[in-house]
Order: sequence, then C-alpha cells, then structure tokens
Amino acid sequence: MSVRAIDSPTSSALAGRIGLERTLTLVARLREVGILLVLLVVVAIVSIQAPLFFSVSNFEQILLNVSLIAVVAVGQTTVVLTRNVDLSVGSVVGLVAFVTGDLLKEHTLDVPGAIAVGCLLGVGLGAFNGLIIAVARVPAIVATLGTLYVYRGLDFLVAGGKQVSAIDLPRGYLGIASSSVLGVPTLIVAAALIALVAAYLLRNSGVGRELYAIGSNPAAAEVIGIPTQRLIFGAFVVCGLCAGIAGVLWGSRFGSVNALAASGLELQVIAAVVVGGVNIFGGSGTVVGAVLGAILLATIENALRILHLSEFWLLAIDGAVILLAVATDAAIRGYFQRILMRTGRR
Amino acid sequence: MRPWAIALLRRWESLLVLAFVAFVVLGSSLSPYFVSGSNFSDLTSNLMEKAIMALPLALIIIAGEIDLSVESMLGLSSALLGFTYALGWPLWLDVPLVLAVGGAGGLLNGLLVTRAGLPSLVVTLGTLALYRGLASVVLGPRSISGWPEWFTNFGFGDIPGTLIPWPLLVFAALAVAFVFVLHRTWIGRQIYAIGKNKEAARYAGINVARVKTYLFVLSGVLSALAGVILTARFSSARADNGQGFVLDTVTSVLLGGVNIFGGEGTIVGVVLAIFVIGVLRNGLTLADVSPDTQSVAVGALLILSVAGPTLVRRISAARPRRQLTNPVSNS
Repeated sequence: MSVRAIDSPTSSALAGRIGLERTLTLVARLREVGILLVLLVVVAIVSIQAPLFFSVSNFEQILLNVSLIAVVAVGQTTVVLTRNVDLSVGSVVGLVAFVTGDLLKEHTLDVPGAIAVGCLLGVGLGAFNGLIIAVARVPAIVATLGTLYVYRGLDFLVAGGKQVSAIDLPRGYLGIASSSVLGVPTLIVAAALIALVAAYLLRNSGVGRELYAIGSNPAAAEVIGIPTQRLIFGAFVVCGLCAGIAGVLWGSRFGSVNALAASGLELQVIAAVVVGGVNIFGGSGTVVGAVLGAILLATIENALRILHLSEFWLLAIDGAVILLAVATDAAIRGYFQRILMRTGRR
Repeated sequence: MRPWAIALLRRWESLLVLAFVAFVVLGSSLSPYFVSGSNFSDLTSNLMEKAIMALPLALIIIAGEIDLSVESMLGLSSALLGFTYALGWPLWLDVPLVLAVGGAGGLLNGLLVTRAGLPSLVVTLGTLALYRGLASVVLGPRSISGWPEWFTNFGFGDIPGTLIPWPLLVFAALAVAFVFVLHRTWIGRQIYAIGKNKEAARYAGINVARVKTYLFVLSGVLSALAGVILTARFSSARADNGQGFVLDTVTSVLLGGVNIFGGEGTIVGVVLAIFVIGVLRNGLTLADVSPDTQSVAVGALLILSVAGPTLVRRISAARPRRQLTNPVSNS
C-alpha cells in the first residue's frame, strides 16, 4: 500500500492517501474512547459480581501494577511507531532490576547512584539493540529475539543463583514505591509524568513527527531527508531507557529480585501497545492509547483474581487480546481503505 | 585451487562444517567426556524436538513468513497429551488428537496471516502467548507421569544394539522428505518463488495463500509431534515444556543460511546448523555453564548469522562505489 502511493502519485490516489491518514487518526481517537468504554463495562460487570472490586484501594492497586508496565509500554510505542518491535524489554527490565538491587545490596553505591547506573544500563542495552538494527540492518524481530536471550543470560550470569531480598535493600530505596505525592503513590505519578512527556514530545516535536513519518512510509521518509536509521537507533535507546527506569523501580515495588524477574513481560507490553491502538505496521497510535491498553489489561487481570478465576488464563488472554486487537485494526483499516478508494475513483 | 573446490569452500554450508569441527575440537579440550559415543547420542537426543520444529520453520521463513509460536504449540501438545492420558484415554487416541490440535493451531496462524492479511510476526507472537496460556489452562501446574514403558523408551532409548536414539530416526526420515520436497519438486520451487517475490509468484499462478497456510499447518503438526517426543523423553507432561525453544529453533534456521527475508536457504544448511548449536550447547554444559547462560552464546550466534552476511555485503558493495563518487557527497 505504501509503496503503491509512491509509484503512482496521481492526485486522486494522493488525496485518498491523505484522507486515509486523517481517517486513521480519527479511528485512533475513537480507539481511545472505545477502550475507555470497554474499561467501564468491565468495571461495571465485575463490581456487580464482586463489590470488593469497586474500591479506591483496589483501583490504586491496579494502577500500581500498571505503572511499571506503562513506562515500558511508552518505550515500546516509540519503537513500534517506526515499524519495529523490541522483544528484549522484559530481559532489560530484569537485568537492570537485578544489577540495581545487587549494587544496593553490596553497598557499592548509594540509592541515587544505583538508580543512575540502572538507567544508564538500560540506555546501553537499548543502544546495543539500536546498533544491531540501524547499523548492521538486522530485522528488529531477529535482533531483539537474540538480545531477549542474551540479556536474560547475562542476568543469570550476574545473579549466579543469588537473589536480592527486601532485607538487603536500603529503606530509602524501598520507600520510593511506598511513598506518595499528595496522596497519590509516587510510582503512579512517575509513570503518568513519563507518559505525558512522551505523549507531548511524540505529538508536538519535530523528531516525534519524524518517527511517525518513518513508520507510515520508510522509503518516503528517507526521500524527504529524514535520518531514518539514526532515529530508529534513537527510538531503541528511548525504549531501553524506559525499560531501565522500570527495572530500577522493580526492586522497590516488589522487594525481591531474582534472575527470572520480569521474564515474559514483553508479551504483556506488546499486548498493551496493540490493544491501545498503536498500529503494529507503524505510523499511527499514541502513548495515551498504549497506557489505556495497559490499564485495561491490568483491570482484567485484577478482575480474574477477584472473581477467583484461574490465573492460568492470564497468558492466554494476553495472546488472544493481541490477535483480536491486530485483527480488528486490520479490518477497520481495510474497510476505510475500500471506501476511500471508491470515493477517490469518482 | 580448482574452481569447483573454491566454489565448495565459499558455500555457507562449508562454513557450518568448519564451525562444527571447531566446536568439537573446543568441546574435547573442555572435557574428556566430550568425544564419546554416549555423549554424542545424548547430545543428539537433546536436539531432536528443536530439530523437528526447525524443518517446517525453514520452509516458512523461505516463503517469507515466520512462526514464533512453535515452542508454545510444543507445550500445548505436551499438556494436552498429559491431560487426555490422565483421563485414562489410550495413547493411540491421544497422540493423533494432539497432532490434530497442532494442525488446527497451525491453521489458525495460517488463516490469520493469509486471509486476514496480518503480519506473521504479530500473529505468531500472539499465539506464542495464547498456546502457552492454553497449555497452562489445560494442565495448570501439574506434571503428568506414569507413562507406559514403550512410550518413554521411544523418547529416551536407543535403537537396540546401536547408539542411535529413536527420535533421530523420526527426524532423519523427516529431513530426507523435506530435502526431497524442497529441492526436487514443484512444491519446493513454489515456496522459493513466493519468498523471492510474492506478487510475481501470484501472477505466475501460484496459490500463495494456500501454500503458506499449508506450511503453517505443517509447522503446527510437527511442533505437536515434537511435544509428544519431549513428553516421552522426559516421561513427564508439563505446560511449560519446551519454554525458550524458539531461540534455538529460529537460530538454527537462520544460522543454516536461510535468508530472513525469504527466497533462499537449504535444508542441509539447517540440519548442519542444528548440530552446530547442539555441539556448542553440549560443550558449554560439560564446562558447567548453565542452560540460561548458554543462551547468551546462542543469542549472539542468531544475531551474527544475520548481521554477518549483511555487513560483509555492505562493506564489499561500498568499496568500489567510494572510488566513483566524490568524497563530499559520500559523507
């Protein structure tokens, strides 16, 4: 589709293409409204079944569970917008979480120092992904499937069967997750701030727009002089940073970290991103949508627990949700494309 | 050197043979137990499930798609086999049932890719989660044991009087069939044509959607077969059987010289790569490196197997161009 737009730049096709982009933006907006509606329906149904569910403390619990995933989802959105994917995020979170915890346990660094090292490690791991993809031109799926196992293996190597427990961690570090700002838990505030900043930058900055341009048509982006590969590299660095931040906060939130921490997180994050309406072909979608997607999935997860349904369903639901979301997207896209092609011909 | 010798040396498969020999030498220096019939027999039987899944995956990647869900289909098949066996159903009924479910799972992948037009990467990432999730729904945290002796013997034992594990026989038969179909029949030529240029293949009258769907079904059935073999070998059906196998399976296909963008690759290369990875892992195991840490080496091998040829091509393509264009516009 994107290739055809370059090959035949007739005015009607071009108008159709612009119309399509506009419609897709509208659909993305509607998507956010749609998720909110589904969320309300889920909340309503579960609240009737189990009144325990509808309480401030439970909603706070859901948002706390979302906060770390949402931060990773922000980074993943940046990558997916450029028509790439990062499968290694779970391993980055795990490795950073263990290294940060271990630095604090061994008193190598104080809390701010360990946090800084953790974030930098995230940036470094993201940059390594970016190099393999942007310089060596390995498809993102292969590159990050490789680093998913490389980073997890390094995690096992560093951990060597050890574990960091809450007793080993300084109070100043554990306090981050239990503290609150104006009555709202710090983790939720931090995640919301990161998401809002990212949403603003992607929407309004030049680089943000260029990331969308790369995703909707890489060849055209190259032609108009966007440094495609450099920006893709940058997107992976941002994704690494976001995973690093989540990793740094991981130990504070959960108290203990072993070499298996956050394994499989990538599937939850990708599910949140595609449910949130970020197009897996790149070029459309928003951070706000991805965060809403994460909230919806976390609410469903929480509801399953409260309704005493088996938590073995969780992974299956993530998978089904990924398929449902991309299939719906494709159907909507195809529908509007057909309509626009018909009007374009007239 | 003779031209045919140079041509032979420049083939990717020759590199793999060299890598295999290098790892064997390295392995024998790491442990005195490495070069022994029983070690090679163990090493081979450890590989067979991944090897069986790598064959259809090679065809899928040659056809320009990917299937990441194979390891989860293996897990679902193991869980279902355990579940039905625990219900008291006879194995002659369970095994075909499990293979049929594998085919159905592959069909779902195939239809979502070919009919709904979704990228196989996302579809099979979704089913990677879905099938593993269903496996744990079916069996929960249980592990089913108490299999009949002939069944576990098939998974674990050797052909009497030899050191050849039974599953190797299954794999060898499959590999021969795959070599024949891919390299000697019109089906194979259609698969290459689809991977080289999907549109051109369609205009040449190839039913692209149908071929791809069949390939995904084949992948599902053989992944389920791998699940049956793994269950027999471990004498235990568990929902998390085969977790992480996707790394070795994808790596053996790409290291085997199959082009990630489709259209190129041989079964011989894939089979060689399977054994290269097997020898590497076995050597590291004997050197007391844990399987999770071994994955660092395999993951690096995966990236190198794609990055290496691309970088070589880019460097050799960049060299003559630099002489033609002026250095200012080149920067």
